[in-house]
Formats: sequence, C-alpha cells, structure tokens
Amino acid sequence: MLTASDVYANPPPAAAAREPIVLLENVSVQYRVPKERIGTFKEYAIRALQRRLQFMKFLALKDVNLTIYRGEVIGIIGNNGAGKSTMLKVISRVLRPTIGRVVLYGKIAPLLELGAGFHPELSGRENVYLNGALLGYNQAEMDEVFESIVDFAELRDFIDAPVRTYSSGMYARLGFAVATARIPEILIVDEILSVGDESFQKKSNDLMQSFQKQGTTVLIVSHNLTKIQEMCQRVAWLSRGELKMVGDPTQVVQAYREDNP
Amino acid sequence: MTNPAKPIYDSAAHALPALSELRELRQYRFLLFQLIRRDLVARYKRSILGVAWTMLNPLGTMLIMTLVFSNLFKSVESYPVYILSGLIVWNFFSQGTNAAMVGLIWGGSLMQRIYLPRTIFGVSAIGTALVNLLISLIPLTLVMLITGTHISLTVLFLPVSILLLTAFTLGFGLLLSALAIYFPDVAEMYQILLTAWMYLTPIIYPEEIIPERFLGLYRLNPMYWMVKLFRLPIYYGRIPTMTEIAPALAWAIGFLIVGWLFFTSKSDEYAYRV
Repeated sequence: MLTASDVYANPPPAAAAREPIVLLENVSVQYRVPKERIGTFKEYAIRALQRRLQFMKFLALKDVNLTIYRGEVIGIIGNNGAGKSTMLKVISRVLRPTIGRVVLYGKIAPLLELGAGFHPELSGRENVYLNGALLGYNQAEMDEVFESIVDFAELRDFIDAPVRTYSSGMYARLGFAVATARIPEILIVDEILSVGDESFQKKSNDLMQSFQKQGTTVLIVSHNLTKIQEMCQRVAWLSRGELKMVGDPTQVVQAYREDNP
Repeated sequence: MTNPAKPIYDSAAHALPALSELRELRQYRFLLFQLIRRDLVARYKRSILGVAWTMLNPLGTMLIMTLVFSNLFKSVESYPVYILSGLIVWNFFSQGTNAAMVGLIWGGSLMQRIYLPRTIFGVSAIGTALVNLLISLIPLTLVMLITGTHISLTVLFLPVSILLLTAFTLGFGLLLSALAIYFPDVAEMYQILLTAWMYLTPIIYPEEIIPERFLGLYRLNPMYWMVKLFRLPIYYGRIPTMTEIAPALAWAIGFLIVGWLFFTSKSDEYAYRV
C-alpha cells in the first residue's frame, strides 16, 4: 500500500477498469425490535415460557443488488431511515446480512467518527498507534506513516500531550489524519468531512481527490445533493430499504428530488 | 491488486466462526497489544506512583486482612503469604472477568462502526490481568523474604498454574460478557456473585475450618482448585498431585471450549444488540 506522502510524488494512473470490488447480492437486513423492553432473566423466562416474546421485525434493506467497481466514486442518497447507514454497515463488515451475500475484493477503510476510540489520558502519539490498530494496521505500517500523520494534523508541538487537552478541532484533525494515513482500497465517507476550519477542509478534500486518482474506490453518503453530484460518477438511491435507482448522478438526483419535493 | 477470484471477505463464508475468529485475532494482534498497553498505561496515568499501584493494591489488602484475621487464624503459619498467594489468584479472576464484560460493552460503540474481531475485548482484558498477575509476583516474593518463608523450587510449577487459570478465566469471561450483552442485569448480579464466591473460596481462611460435610460442595468450586494450584507450590512448597491438577484442568479446558464456542456462535448478533 502507498502512504499519504507518496500521493503527491506519483502521477495518477489511468482510469480503473470495470473490475468489481464490492458485490451485494440479494442483500436483506432484518432488525428485530422487541415490542417491550425485556432486560431481566425473570421477565425473559416468563415471556419465553408463555411464548409471548414478541418482536417487531422490519427490513432495513430489502433485496439489494449492487456492484461497485474498482476506482469509482459512488454516492448513496435517500431520506432518513432509508437504509443508507445499514448498507454501509453491511459493506464494512459490521453487520452480516440476514439474507444474501456481500463480497469484498479489497480492504475497507471506514472513516471512524473522528476520534472514536481515542483515550483521553493517552498522548496524541499513543492514540495514533491505538487508532491505527483499531483500523487494522500493524506496528510497521503505523511507523511508516507516523510522521506524515503528525504533519497532516498540524500537531507537531502537541503530539506528546494527552488528548484530553486537545481542542475539538485538534481531536478531529488527528482522527482524520490517522484514518487517511494510508491509501485505502475502499474508502467510506459518511458525512463527516465537515470538520475543522476552512483550510483543513480544503486539505482533506484535496486528499480525497488524490486518493481517487490513485485508484481508491470511494463510497459517499450525504444529504448534500450538490456535493454528491459534483463528486460522484454514479449515485445509488435508497428508499425504505429498497434500491430505487442507480446510475448517472444528474438523473438519479433529479428523480430523487421529484419524488421528495 | 487483489485477485477477483479471491475475495478478502465473503459474508456467506462463515461455516466455522470459532476457527475463523482465531485467524482474525491473529491478524489483529497489534490491536491486542495496543489495547493491553492502553489499559495498563491509562489506568495509572494521572497517579504519581503509577504502575506501583499494581503491587501496592494486593499488599494493602493483605495488610488489612492480616491485621484483622491473623489473631483469628493463629494456626496459619506466615499468614501474610498464605493470604497473598490466594489473593493474587482471586484478583486475576475478578479483574479479568469484569474487564472482559465492561470491555465488550464499551467496544459496542466501536463495533457498530468498524469491524473488529469480537473476542478481542475479552482476550485483551485477560491479557491485562495476566500482566498485573505477573507484576504482583514481585510483592509476593518480597513478603516471603520479609516473613522468612522458605521459597521452594516448586514455584517452577507456577507457569502451569497460570496457564490453567488463564484458560478458565478467559472461557468464563467470554461466557459472561456474551450474557451481559443480552441481559444488562448480569453485570450487577455478577458483582454480588463475586463477593459470595470469594468468601466461599478459601482465600482469607484456612481450609481446615471448612466443616467436613461441606467439603464435597467446596470441591465443586473451580476457584477452589485454581487457588490450590498456586498455594501448594508457593506456600506449602510442594508440586500438586495429579488428583489435584485434574479438576483444575477439566474446569479450564471445559470453560475455555464452551466459552469460546458460545461467544463466537453469537458474535454476529452483538452489533445488533449493543
């Protein structure tokens, strides 16, 4: 894998071929929501005996078929509760689909809600390693990118201070720098790029674009339709768990707008 | 680039979760190390004495117990060593299982966002407790030297004792943390259970005061055997016999297998539940 510092040195490769990297086959995800909260053994045992354990089953995703190709930028839109987050969870291995199959041909780099997993008492340096480990990297991989993380986050002077002393901006910058330190094969962006001040936002946007040029597949979930139209090559529209439409951003966004006036 | 014929993840391929979990855990061994490091370092970060508390904690408890009970149990020679050799076993077990439970609940918020091998919280909790156990052997040695207790070569048996105790605690901790995900009350109930369990295990009192008719019941307690595996080589200066090792071995292997199988068979559900 390449490191962030290589991004600027290497010219972008040619556009990627149509090689599938994420496959969703007839994917359904069912949540079971208990009608009443049952939290104790006694209640549970009584209900189970009386066969009164009632659950509301609902499908957060219904029979979704989607192929994502290597190197493309694909946006996912839909109203709240349409299943966007569930779809990301199924792709990032957090949930196993109830029915159907998800196949990945590349490593996923989820953008953790920035700074999730940080320990306030540990120093920035220690948290960089801890966070990198949570994202599935090993010691050598983290050693390699450590310096570029510190530079990117602009925290050279504070890296050995406990992160509880950081401002929320510093916190988010460090989290973002760790998450994007290595060029991922598949990057998941869930509406969190609006952190930091303007110059940091520009920096992170530039970084995303250079990832794209390096062949990273990007999945963006956003309510910002203009941004989606700008950045994506394809857009998928989810409505009540069903995949309503996939294709050209302008067409899909237009259809979505007509459906949701 | 990855060969399309070989996916790195296939949600349909999970016939043996207990085995694939081992492979995942191996891949995430750097995280395992980082989590153990975090728990050890962060706990004492703001205290002046730092990691020394790992040693001072059992020493303090021992001191209090000695002041309170040494008169009562006059028959017990070098009571401080007797109690400390049991206390480190108990502390390992209660800390390890509690941390496994808390760790999985804490990890829940992470598990909803990124993929992690689910057993990593339990295994790292036991790993942390193991480091603490090894550190607490230092004050134990000191107390033995101060009280003039003979340190026998039989302590070379301790690695076996530690191995069996770790296996038992890991299995129990996994079972417990899986239950705590389904029933939050388990966490509270367990604290009460632990207190009762500690007094039902000969840690602060000598075995001789147990009435004969209850001895059979005592022998059903896995911790009775675990404590024995430590106290015999440390305090009594003899290697446990096969009839003393066998029950501990059975409990350890039994709980490890049951705990691991149960935990991994449910591990797809935790992200839905937490």
